[in-house]
Amino acid sequence: MNAGMFLTHMPRKVQLALAVVALAGLPFMVSAGLGNTWLRVLDFALLYVMLALGLNIVVGFAGLLDLGYIAFYAVGAYVYALLASPQFGLHWPVWAILPVGALAACGFGVVLGAPTLRLRGDYLAIVTLGFGEIVRIFMNNLNAPVNITNGPKGIASIDPIQIGGHVLSQPLEIFGVTVPALVLTYYFFLALALLVMLAGLRLQDSRIGRAWAAIREDEMAAKACGINTRNVKLLAFAMGASFGGLAGGLFASFQEFVSPESFSLMESIMVLCMVVLGGMGHIPGVILGALVLTVLPEAFRHGAGPVQQAVFGQVLVDPENLRMLLFGIALVAVMLYRPSGLWPDPRHRQEFNAR
Amino acid sequence: MGAAGNHQHRHPLSITEGGFPKTDSRLRGVSPAPTFPQGDAPISATTLTLPVLCPSPYRIIRGVDIFLQQVANGLTLGSIYALVALGYTLVYGILGLINFAHGEVVMVGALTALAASKFLLAAALPPYLVFTLAFLLAALVCMALSVIIERIAYRPLRNAPRLAPLITAIGVSIILQQLAMMLWGRSYHAMPQLLPETTFALGGVQITVIQIVIIGVAGLTMAALLVLVNRTRLGRAMRATAENPGIAALMGVDANRIIVLAFMIGSALAALAGMLVASNYGIAHYNMGFMLGLKAFTAAVLGGIGNLAGAVVGGLLLGVIEALGAGYIGDLTGGVLGSQYQDVFAFFVLIGVLVLRPAGLLGERVAERA
Repeated sequence: MNAGMFLTHMPRKVQLALAVVALAGLPFMVSAGLGNTWLRVLDFALLYVMLALGLNIVVGFAGLLDLGYIAFYAVGAYVYALLASPQFGLHWPVWAILPVGALAACGFGVVLGAPTLRLRGDYLAIVTLGFGEIVRIFMNNLNAPVNITNGPKGIASIDPIQIGGHVLSQPLEIFGVTVPALVLTYYFFLALALLVMLAGLRLQDSRIGRAWAAIREDEMAAKACGINTRNVKLLAFAMGASFGGLAGGLFASFQEFVSPESFSLMESIMVLCMVVLGGMGHIPGVILGALVLTVLPEAFRHGAGPVQQAVFGQVLVDPENLRMLLFGIALVAVMLYRPSGLWPDPRHRQEFNAR
Repeated sequence: MGAAGNHQHRHPLSITEGGFPKTDSRLRGVSPAPTFPQGDAPISATTLTLPVLCPSPYRIIRGVDIFLQQVANGLTLGSIYALVALGYTLVYGILGLINFAHGEVVMVGALTALAASKFLLAAALPPYLVFTLAFLLAALVCMALSVIIERIAYRPLRNAPRLAPLITAIGVSIILQQLAMMLWGRSYHAMPQLLPETTFALGGVQITVIQIVIIGVAGLTMAALLVLVNRTRLGRAMRATAENPGIAALMGVDANRIIVLAFMIGSALAALAGMLVASNYGIAHYNMGFMLGLKAFTAAVLGGIGNLAGAVVGGLLLGVIEALGAGYIGDLTGGVLGSQYQDVFAFFVLIGVLVLRPAGLLGERVAERA
């Protein structure tokens, strides 16, 4: 019996306990073994997990190709930035802002969804792409005539998240142990990521989730079965968008700074890559995709220079250059060897093979 | 994390968006020659006024001139979009694949043409010959490149889930950008001026030789392509493969050959577009392909993707819309929105068109599901 069999054959409660211990201990192991840079990467990875799970609802569940998803992330981030920074002198509590941000993003999702209901496939892709660019350009330029977003300079000194009187960007003394700020952030993000994941899992198994799957497989047939395709598609956009908005709010508070630069088209494409590379429509796969695509480039960043030094005795290629090159090659290679993703839905895989 | 406050996080993969300087004088049709006195420039966003706002007849004529000038500039830009859009639409029509790496092929074409021009000029060849040879070399490089891309990144995935080739296309696009950066560095390169920098005045509109060449060459190429696809045996084979690869194969059409040919034709057009755009703006750099490719893809969708005439119409329309938008958006909104909103303008038109005609301007109403 190998290790994998051993793990899968344990009672469910033991598995769960092991998972909790592993997730709780992970930040300490990372910070001890790799340092705080990697702890930061881990925190960002959790943000990308939330984003990828949100986009998975639109692309993976409902089959609507969205190339402007980062716009919702941007909306969430800017809502947080405007309501908790010196920009307008507002300092709302986090529990008030995060829902407002998610709702605002949700509203944008409907605004995007409504005119695009008749579009399919690649036409939808290009309209969502345009939408993402429109949002970014407005954020870049809404510093005149009335200064709202502070333009390309972005909004700085955003309030960090405060929970129960404790500011999350400060280390916490608890039972004589000091928990570093990055670890606290990790736990908070982890909790929300798990929440998003659970929501995704429950949605997938719900009546709505089945309606999405039906639309993804054949919209005409879904309509014929009595599914209100208009409402169900709008719901997919709205739900995906609100998760994006939530992640955006967390991003703004974690970073304490937002600027339009963080919300370029390339970011949308990267989140889409996470979803597709991980395994569209399969939640564990999408999480894996988000983690791999956040950690891999960082690993290349740290490895590209020293490895060249060790092998050739000198740095032949600019590490930054090499990092992106390797990343591109990795994208191509993974898709060539696993066209339906790293960890696809077993049911999907059968469908693809049958085709 | 006090220090982090000033530190801008970007996803580790972010690529700085490139593009062209929007205020480039060439875009506005002013003679590109550096010797051209700046104060003499007849057109600039600040001097633009709508005819309505200016009562004197002289200014009305001037307003019309400015309008025509913007249209001429838009047609120049639009011809380039159209050339690139044809590459997207050819491949899409046959394979149903968004070839995201196409913009990078344009970039490779531009940089190859630039390097070749410099080399050939140093060999003291006449500029017109240099222009032709540089284009031929760039086209050859791009064709070879696209054949390799098709073989490695697209062919193995022909029966894979629909989004898989999209991801490999993005991967290829990143790879090409990085390779170009290794070869040519991060800096902007100046394209040697191969064509005379004369400016013609056509009824108040200033047109440079390069603009005439761009519009003319693009028009001829597109006409030739339409003839090729609609009138020749090869074109018939291409249309048959686009219609139904299986049946086409039964009729003796080698689908792989047709697909490779579509990639080669598209990339030759991309090389041409890259060379023309580099000549027009006078610069080329490793990051120029991304935005150009995106705009061209938008143009292809606007016209109805998979439709050749649609790509041309979409490209020209997008170019004109952008030029007019950049010129007039400030006046239309009473100065609230400046020319920095020109892309927004273009995308709003795109969304508007697609809402009214979901399959693009010339796209046929396709069956709900194949």
